[in-house]
Amino acid sequence: MKSLIQKLVETPGPSGFEYAIRDVIREAIADNADEVRVDALGSLIAKKGTKTENGMRVMISAHIDEIGLMITHIDVNGFVRFTNIGGVNPLTCYGGRVRFMNGTQGVIGMDAIERGKLPKLADLFIDVGATNKEDCPVKVGDVCGFDRPFLDMGKRMVAKSMDDRIAAAIAIEVLKRLEDTPHEVHFVFSTQEEVGLRGATTAAYGIDPDVGFAVDVTRSGDTPRFSPKMATALGDGPTIKVRDASFIADPRLVDWMIKSAQEAGIPYQLEVLEAGGTDGRAIQLTRSGVPAGCISIACRYIHSPSEMVDSDDVENAVKLMVKLLSEPIILV
Amino acid sequence: MTEKLEKTTQKVPQIGTSQIDLLERLCNATAVSGDEHEVRQIVLEEIKPIADDIKVDALGNVLATKLGRGEVRVRVMLAAHMDEIGFMIVKKHDDGLFEFDRVGGIDERQLPGKSVLVGREHLPGVIGAKPIHMTTADERKNKIEVSAMRIDLGPEIGDKVKPGDRATFATRFEILGPSIRAKALDNRFGVATLIELCKHAPDNIDLLAAFTVQEEVGLRGARVAAYTFDPHMAIAIDSTPAYDLPHWDDEDENDRYNTRLDAGPAIYVMDSATIADRRLVNWLLETAQDAGIPYQLRQPGGGGTDAGAIHKTRTGIPSISVSVPARYAHSAASIARRDDWVNTLRLLYTALSRVTPELLAGERRD
Repeated sequence: MKSLIQKLVETPGPSGFEYAIRDVIREAIADNADEVRVDALGSLIAKKGTKTENGMRVMISAHIDEIGLMITHIDVNGFVRFTNIGGVNPLTCYGGRVRFMNGTQGVIGMDAIERGKLPKLADLFIDVGATNKEDCPVKVGDVCGFDRPFLDMGKRMVAKSMDDRIAAAIAIEVLKRLEDTPHEVHFVFSTQEEVGLRGATTAAYGIDPDVGFAVDVTRSGDTPRFSPKMATALGDGPTIKVRDASFIADPRLVDWMIKSAQEAGIPYQLEVLEAGGTDGRAIQLTRSGVPAGCISIACRYIHSPSEMVDSDDVENAVKLMVKLLSEPIILV
Repeated sequence: MTEKLEKTTQKVPQIGTSQIDLLERLCNATAVSGDEHEVRQIVLEEIKPIADDIKVDALGNVLATKLGRGEVRVRVMLAAHMDEIGFMIVKKHDDGLFEFDRVGGIDERQLPGKSVLVGREHLPGVIGAKPIHMTTADERKNKIEVSAMRIDLGPEIGDKVKPGDRATFATRFEILGPSIRAKALDNRFGVATLIELCKHAPDNIDLLAAFTVQEEVGLRGARVAAYTFDPHMAIAIDSTPAYDLPHWDDEDENDRYNTRLDAGPAIYVMDSATIADRRLVNWLLETAQDAGIPYQLRQPGGGGTDAGAIHKTRTGIPSISVSVPARYAHSAASIARRDDWVNTLRLLYTALSRVTPELLAGERRD
């Protein structure tokens, strides 16, 4: 699974520009899905299983986009100004490296700013090694992602895009391991989550599910002086979301997932995330409303170029989801 | 240039006296978000004789269809919002003084001393300002809050005004040589362009024209209009700020201009609400290059257009925006170039004339 994870996290795919990562996933699931399609916003949708008497139409959503940058201006000396795609923190930009979709690499520099002040995005620029506007190999509107190789620390794994490729890896693995399901499961590898849950919105409308789950990362409250407090930690199991800032998970689904994890002896933790949102919201608000939940992987340093997760959490998330999808979904 | 493109170019709708007159009527009309009546009446009057189907929906959008000919036709939705930023009367005081609030994005620092027109009767008033005689040096450094401002209509005129009435800046439309000065060019440019496109609809597509409401307060009209039309693709036609003023520091290049006047229609790659479908970006760029139409990319960044609501509708609709640049957007008066408008209309007409199902045949990708 780690080689798949490495491939997934190292492939660039800022929001709106998910074609390369989509192709990687399409190849990875080619032999395991009953049917694969791509919708108008670029989400890859893989169907598996047939809805039986005890079954439902289930949507699983893992977003395949990541935060990135888009060029707004190239100055006379070939320096590149940019805007953010999704929640980019200027604090983690300076000195970082980026890779454009055409392969061009660059480093992020900074204007002189007052000592002790934090930079804003407008204070930063990308240096692609150009000497002037004319020989600059990129143009306004071009897109880049942060460029960092996958780091395997054994139990922990680090990458620029664990958010949310780790969920894509989990969804792929669940799709592969899921043998017998009473459900018609639609695995959505959704686009444009980081800019407003857009891919999941149209995918959910198209699928019209009976129930839906997002798979995403969540903050991990186990680093020094973490604030505000959060009862999640790397290695304590996948998290079952109770709520985040974007939606309140269906309590019936929360109870059912807890019971199911306990039955199978799979470690889990409960997640109350006071900031951030997931595709769960988009699913829940579709058409006349859909019961929705979310399973997350605790992740340190989210939206930095070094997002860290725990391998056991990933494996346990796969096990939990395979179990959940192998049995009827109880909504009481 | 291919023969087909040459033929298309010859049929491009022109901007003449009657089009300018129509833009003038549209700009001088009042249509603050939620009360788009005046502009809607002009739109209906203009397109009723030529549309195959026309209706006003529950939110007040005008939805007009011009069917093409031929067996396979792409259904293209074109959206232009009819509403403009402005004010709403909130509370009446003695002497014809009124408390008001802003509708849409307006910088309050611009308001004191501005003439306004209130209500459907366009009653003239002014946002009062303390005269310089009475202000202290300290007061002049500080911004005045909207809650402290009043619209003054005087006693008799004031009797005709009630809470809920809308108001706009009182600026009259003027042609200034190659330029246009008016209020509400955002988005009467879009409305006027869309009316021309309806009148000269290319017959290779089904043209689904949405003259939308309540864009300035959250893309509300476009959302339901897109649901109704359920098109194959969509273009929002709008107006976007140009901040192409000379930089104050010679050593420092202006790198945040958004768009520039005289540089042609502004094609969107990304704003806060939409990441444009690259198939459509490339289609517009190629059209402009092939036909020799000047164009610019709007600097990616903030802001939003009706495309933001449209592209997320139902199972997703490939969408893009094209804007006419204008300086001083969302203020009492904007300045724009007539040629930028002419070229926006040229680009849209020429591009629409080239639409075939192949444009959307593949997956969304670069």
